[in-house]
Amino acid sequence: MADYNDDFPPRPTLLQAAEMRRRQKGRNLALLLVLSALAVLFFAITLVKLAHA
Amino acid sequence: MAAVIEAVELAPSTEWRDWLLLLKPRVVSLVVFTGAIGLFLAPGHLHPVLAFTAILCIAIAAGAAGALNMWWERDIDALMLRTRRRPIPDGRLPAGDAMGFGVTLAVGSVLVMGLATNLAAAEWLAVSIGFYVFVYTMWLKRRTPQNIVIGGAAGAFPPVIGWVAVTGHVGVLPILLFALIFLWTPPHFWALSLYACRDYGRAGVPMLPVVAGARSTRRHILAYTLVLGAVSVLPWVLGYTHALYGMTAAVMSAVFVAGALWTLCDRQDAQGNSETGDRPARLLFRYSLIYLAVIFLAIAADRLVA
Repeated sequence: MADYNDDFPPRPTLLQAAEMRRRQKGRNLALLLVLSALAVLFFAITLVKLAHA
Repeated sequence: MAAVIEAVELAPSTEWRDWLLLLKPRVVSLVVFTGAIGLFLAPGHLHPVLAFTAILCIAIAAGAAGALNMWWERDIDALMLRTRRRPIPDGRLPAGDAMGFGVTLAVGSVLVMGLATNLAAAEWLAVSIGFYVFVYTMWLKRRTPQNIVIGGAAGAFPPVIGWVAVTGHVGVLPILLFALIFLWTPPHFWALSLYACRDYGRAGVPMLPVVAGARSTRRHILAYTLVLGAVSVLPWVLGYTHALYGMTAAVMSAVFVAGALWTLCDRQDAQGNSETGDRPARLLFRYSLIYLAVIFLAIAADRLVA
């Protein structure tokens, strides 16, 4: 009988899981900000290019 | 409980700050500064949104090049005290992710630069990234003590790119600004490497003090500083700027040369190693940063006053 525990990483402790969630949330928020800023920038570039076309 | 806390601290997990560190924010700030001055000095007009985009692209391209540099140099970064806490050698960020991040930003910045300004600016931006990553990082850095001399060109591109973003072509003034940064880079880095040469030696990077010794490095610093001083006043001599810039450049360069002379005459042992803890070299390194900032601010102020 295979030991299934050998195939998977050990389950994170509660403290580890909370820390991982905190970091994941930070990364997601940063990504949201960057993508939003990019959308605004592309919109602004488009407006300027159209106005000076 | 202590074991659990230790486990959390050891768990490799990436924070957004690690991605930011990968972009070498200090280098990016210098690149943005010189690129913005190039853009400001260029004749013609660029809409503020497009000018902001151009500077943003220069910043992101520099960050991308920095990320790819850290990806390629992760082995030697782990050996040097100054760099071993960087995200990749410290295990906080997988090397492959850093490489993907760098390539994405590099391609993105070039595309957006082309769309927002012109193709020539995008091409110069691509050349600057390629030069830093392929010529300096991958080819020269581990092979020759002249790495920083030729590689210094990579950091000299931003004012040219800023200028081309406005005009669509290269002029004499941005070439002079390119030459200024190109000649400033060796004495700047050699001053640092004089007191960080053990670090470079440990990593096997053939920086000049490691290969040729401290005495030869001090002579090289003085020689380059003299040439830099002559080139720094050329924009004034050739009539591209006025006396405000010319006098500032002359005074700042004279102080730089005096600092290089002080470094050359630093109290040394028979092997040329400093007996003062490389105090002159440390001060020269700091002064070189002030020098570049003041020179570029002076050329911008000169244009404003004129």
